[in-house]
Amino acid sequence: MSRTPLDTVEHAAKTPDVELPWAELGLKKDEYERVVEILGRRPTGAELAMYSVMWSEHCSYKSSKVHLRQFGEKAPQSDALLVGIGENAGVVDVGQGYAVTFKVESHNHPSYVEPYQGAATGVGGIVRDIIAMGARPVAVVDPLRFGAADHPDTKRVLPGVVAGIGGYGNCLGLPNIGGEVVFDACYQGNPLVNAGAIGVMRHEDIHLAKASGAGNKVILYGARTGGDGIGGASILASETFDDAKPSKRPAVQVGDPFQEKLLIECTLEAFAEKLVVGIQDLGAAGLSCATSELASNGSGGMRVTLDDVPLRDSTLSPEEILMSESQERMCAVVEPEKVDRFLEICDKWDVIATVIGEVTDGDRLEIFWHGGKIVDVDPRTVAHDGPVYERPYARPSWQDALQADDANKLARPATSEELREQVLKLVASPNQASKSWITSQYDHFVQGNTVLAQPEDSGMIRIDEESGLGVAIATDGNGRFAKLDPYAGAQLALSEAYRNVATTGAKPLAVSDCLNFGSPEDPAVMWQFAEAVRGLADACLQLGTPVTGGNVSLYNQTGEVAIHPTPVVAVLGVIDDVARRTPVAFQEEGQLLYLLGDTREEFGGSAWSQVVHDHLGGLPPAVDLERERLLAEILISASRDGMIDSAHDLSDGGLIQAVVESALLGDKGARLVVPDGLDAFTFLLSESAGRAIVAIPRSEELRFNDMCGARSLPATRIGVVDGDSVEIQGEFALTLEELREAHEGTIPALLA
Amino acid sequence: MTARIGVVTFPGSLDDRDTQRAIRLAGAEPVALWHKDKDLKQVDAVVLCGGFSYGDYLRAGAIARFSPVMETLIEQAKAGLPVLGICNGFQILTEAHLLPGGMLGNDHLHFICRDQQLRVENAETAWTTDYTAGQEIHIPLKNMDGRYVADRRTLDELEAEGRVAFRYLGFNPNGSLNDIAGITNGAGNVVGLMPHPEHAVEPLIGSGRTDGLPFFTSILKKLVNA
Repeated sequence: MSRTPLDTVEHAAKTPDVELPWAELGLKKDEYERVVEILGRRPTGAELAMYSVMWSEHCSYKSSKVHLRQFGEKAPQSDALLVGIGENAGVVDVGQGYAVTFKVESHNHPSYVEPYQGAATGVGGIVRDIIAMGARPVAVVDPLRFGAADHPDTKRVLPGVVAGIGGYGNCLGLPNIGGEVVFDACYQGNPLVNAGAIGVMRHEDIHLAKASGAGNKVILYGARTGGDGIGGASILASETFDDAKPSKRPAVQVGDPFQEKLLIECTLEAFAEKLVVGIQDLGAAGLSCATSELASNGSGGMRVTLDDVPLRDSTLSPEEILMSESQERMCAVVEPEKVDRFLEICDKWDVIATVIGEVTDGDRLEIFWHGGKIVDVDPRTVAHDGPVYERPYARPSWQDALQADDANKLARPATSEELREQVLKLVASPNQASKSWITSQYDHFVQGNTVLAQPEDSGMIRIDEESGLGVAIATDGNGRFAKLDPYAGAQLALSEAYRNVATTGAKPLAVSDCLNFGSPEDPAVMWQFAEAVRGLADACLQLGTPVTGGNVSLYNQTGEVAIHPTPVVAVLGVIDDVARRTPVAFQEEGQLLYLLGDTREEFGGSAWSQVVHDHLGGLPPAVDLERERLLAEILISASRDGMIDSAHDLSDGGLIQAVVESALLGDKGARLVVPDGLDAFTFLLSESAGRAIVAIPRSEELRFNDMCGARSLPATRIGVVDGDSVEIQGEFALTLEELREAHEGTIPALLA
Repeated sequence: MTARIGVVTFPGSLDDRDTQRAIRLAGAEPVALWHKDKDLKQVDAVVLCGGFSYGDYLRAGAIARFSPVMETLIEQAKAGLPVLGICNGFQILTEAHLLPGGMLGNDHLHFICRDQQLRVENAETAWTTDYTAGQEIHIPLKNMDGRYVADRRTLDELEAEGRVAFRYLGFNPNGSLNDIAGITNGAGNVVGLMPHPEHAVEPLIGSGRTDGLPFFTSILKKLVNA
């Protein structure tokens, strides 16, 4: 086997005219020229590999950065924020000395190519982000979006994704407590697989990704490095570097949750003994990312010997080692005298750990291979000084026509019988139907702290057994609303997640987001993105919930057709005592049902318009953030003071959907009366924001009414928990049995 | 004096801390045991908890069964040490031949997590005296490989000797033969079951029931009275 000479820094300097495959690695001509300008010479193959992955859209946020800045510029004052945007995940103070870290990320593209592994490694990646902050992961959530429920490919993608999430998360011992499953034809070729995780630590245990202290050792630990997940590997393995390589490497990573479980335990043990100065997980861009970020966030200098990286495949080239996205790996910076103990702990957990380098005095990241220096860069130029684009954006020409196509003008049910049929059709439609066939494949009991899990409005975890302190998380997003108006759509996503957290009794504290959009090279998509970010940043400022981090996923489109703009928002809340949580299920017959908030004729983007008319047009429901805040305060007070026994937020499907869910979960019916001033159709199916239903023991009615009255929150008595059917007086009744059959039968029939 | 109950952590054990909590709530003292350590630290009983030991990559429980800790445990269980195997722990006990039969993948081929109704069939084992025979309880179930199988003779023997300790009621979640959810050895000191009693010990958490607590109070009473 003949090899071309090793492409060292020295060699690169002497051979300025060698052509490198920068275009195949995804760099633009001006980006490559910028690399040459930074280095003052052509890059080596290894340097090119690093710049190309770190300057990719995924790692550098080059198209989104100029917009994302608003999350910092418009950040509300919040004493709760301990670590903000820029680290592996944000950290929030939840009181009693506890800090919580949480984040949502996307794994959309790999999950379409290989649903099981794509989704599994999505869980793995977000969990490592949480560990890297110093926290013990305590729960995961999974907001998912698929193509039409009855499309044949959905039957390939969905079961694989669900099995992958379950297979990985269950084996890690993390309860899956929330998320969403949404079907829409717009996601047919581009399913959205977002994954969120929460971790808990004490304030003093927060760790950051930085390498400081010359002489400190850089330790790579976890799985061996293999050839999986190398984005541009087919090019890297081409003639330019070495003729004799296999020509293709798989681009989707393969997960090993068992290895990750060991990684969690051994990392937490090392944290507990204060052995770690800085830490970074290896996710996208692998070692390229970990070394350049650790170095640039610290004092700046690092020397790494790539020969020492444990390999699964000894034929890997240095470029491939730097780009590999093999899962279940982490990189720690450890003081020399603590290295032995660190390695001992890894050995206890049967985790391979190797010193691969050290922090240096200088400000260069130097990487060696077979004795030659193949990388010599300022790590900041790799990790932080990537290109930034002001992509052109423009309101699409079709937006006006879409908004003019008013859903309020669609034909409404003419008779009570027709209304009854439409309600039954709605609660059985794939988006409104029970998702228990999916969620029963996730462990939600493990760790023994789960207070609430899906289908509750938010997932809730106890974090202190003595005091009952807990945290809640909800994720929401409505691509249909965002398509009609991306600014309002993003605000509605935040409103819903905020409301969901408050409905369970927790106080909303902070936000993470996963922004799923089409191609940033399309000005219409870029406009949707810019509008959504502006809307979310404005709303976060008004509600006082800072964005602590998140993720952008672009290029979710097939050909010219982009997905609906889909900002998914996660809200984290805190509750002083989980014993005060409010569940969705009706608890007791005879309790009074109250509707909180105002109901208007708002059907644009509604579930009804989709299920009955297959229609998307008009305007989404009006946003009223002050109302959301007031509603949340009332729900939290009522929960704390024991005034309500169950509550449910109103969102897609409107009031009737919420009542049916509460009734089926509690196995208790309800009798409802249409309030004065509303027609039955609007009462049952409008999707006005800022609303919830609550069930109140009769003894609390006066006190509850007084509270709402004093705070000027509209509260309307709409009925009573009673019987074994859901009855709308003067209109129709549906027995719990037929509702259950309709609501619970759909998903198994389509997918099982 | 209270009882000291060991909980073994294998690589991939998941419910070790939950099981320790359940033991504590019952009033006993949990003692952490490590798979590489043959020493059982003189505990009075041992729980093998749920999880995916060694990733369950070969066959659930097949590798854990060869851990150093199991050498001592097998020996002492045969001599009468009370041992409870929950889920993966049950799988390890069958692999170790402390209990007969074995577990296959669920017949529907999916992981399943639900609050499962069971009937207590044998309330005389070391771990079940705080139940009454015939009592119907709800215990969370969560597994991938929960389908209990055994040859006809073994099944007949288990049934004839009253060694089926728990049976699934209403819905068989995995295709287990004879609806078997848990069994005991002849002496009644070794019990294994697929559902997770440690997830049903606090009214607020998990399933919201405390139907699992009697496992831990049963053994505590037995040990303290001994």
